[in-house]
Amino acid sequence: MARVTFIQSDGRQQTIEIENGYSVMQGATANQIAGIKAECGGSCSCSTCHCYVDPTWYDRLPWAEDDEAGLLEYAWEPKRTSRLTCQLIVTDELDGLVLYVPEQQV
Amino acid sequence: MSEVFIVVGAGHCAGQVAASLRQQGFEGELVIIGEEPYIPYQRPPLSKKFLTGELSIERVYLRPMKFYQDNKIELLLGNRVVALHPQQRRIALADGSERRYDKLLLATGSNPKRLHVAGADLPGICYLRTIADVQRIRPYLVGGKNLVVIGGGYIGLEVSAAGVQCGMHVTLLEVADRILNRVTAPPMSDFFTQLHRDCGVDVRCNARVLRFEGRDRVRGVICDGARLDADLVVIGIGILPNIELAQSAGLPCSDGIVVDEYCQTADAHIFAAGDCSNHPNPLLQRRLRLESVQNAVEQGKVAAANLCGKREPYAEIPWFWSDQYDVKLQIVGIAEGYDQVVQRGRMQDHAFSLFYLRKGALIAVDAVNSPREYMACRKLIPQRPRIGPERLANTTIAMHDMV
Repeated sequence: MARVTFIQSDGRQQTIEIENGYSVMQGATANQIAGIKAECGGSCSCSTCHCYVDPTWYDRLPWAEDDEAGLLEYAWEPKRTSRLTCQLIVTDELDGLVLYVPEQQV
Repeated sequence: MSEVFIVVGAGHCAGQVAASLRQQGFEGELVIIGEEPYIPYQRPPLSKKFLTGELSIERVYLRPMKFYQDNKIELLLGNRVVALHPQQRRIALADGSERRYDKLLLATGSNPKRLHVAGADLPGICYLRTIADVQRIRPYLVGGKNLVVIGGGYIGLEVSAAGVQCGMHVTLLEVADRILNRVTAPPMSDFFTQLHRDCGVDVRCNARVLRFEGRDRVRGVICDGARLDADLVVIGIGILPNIELAQSAGLPCSDGIVVDEYCQTADAHIFAAGDCSNHPNPLLQRRLRLESVQNAVEQGKVAAANLCGKREPYAEIPWFWSDQYDVKLQIVGIAEGYDQVVQRGRMQDHAFSLFYLRKGALIAVDAVNSPREYMACRKLIPQRPRIGPERLANTTIAMHDMV
């Protein structure tokens, strides 16, 4: 289980709990986190669950595979710390993860 | 008295509509009625990781049960709407109860076309649409046994891949002269035929199934000129929209429930969305019915906005995907009426794309393990750009720089 904090572009914060084995995106949609559209339902086919990972967390996550990296290039204003939350599978190690929700999704 | 919105159906679209209604601020009574005993779930994993047992049932639910409780969404599952009375704005349920509504959304989905040949009701002959279907199939997914898949569309190909993964001997029968013939150009059919053959699937085209053999369960499949041993048969020959309820209520139907760009049927209080809806697409300038997650989700969101009294048109370029083995196929647009197909990348690398052009304009793409080509086309295709074939095929030009 991990507590994950989402910070909106206007500064609003929400912390939710997600069970191990679920994706961060699934946790976000279950809790109606604004800005996580997740149009494809988690199959790495849309980029609308894009978030910026807090820099202190980014290097602690497993690297993005090429299918995710390719989608991220076309996400809304991608940065070095961009990830698709459908590809972040929750483990205890992710407890405390902080994500910034982009202003928009494509 | 608070307003009552009823969603008929509990699939992907229904789940999206309910969530979007609450996000839009709808505070009235919200009811989802589904025939299956499950809360809304994702169907794509049913022919992939849920079939092979890699995903638990909880992981395929769109949202957990708690979501519906927290958002005061009433779930009437394992129940069925047997009659719809638009004049009285009332529905009758299979359990004998009745409900009145202010607005109704039909998200009744679709169901598999049946193969009507002798022996088609033998145990071991299955379709794949629901969790219950998967539960029927799973006991037969046994290494060393014979799986015959009927239909070379996405479901058939994904089930073949799952069968191979379970160590089964897999034969795929397609009645047309090539697999995926309805949705893609011949080079893509050739690629997927070779992919499945390389993985051990016996792919046979021009193969019409005549009958099934077996006493207590299926043992064989008879097709033109051949008999195949079979312990399990999975049939995936297309789906049909569930329109019976709409039809019996007098709503116009034509390959789906007819709606306008606002997801509204001929009755101002009744909307339809998802697989069951036949809708206009202003970007494609034609009516169509789509069987896809994107359509379930996006049309669902638009329907929710319009249920809340907004006037939001539904206008999206369709996109799809399919996962088979290590190959992810991603598609944008509808490949029809094209006069030129351009290939970018090499098939033998398992990373290439086919671009479909009509009079020089890009209208669709099939991208195999090529997320950049796929995503670039999501942005490009709505504009129908004219890009030279040599340019599209030139892999030294990044997709970012195409226009």
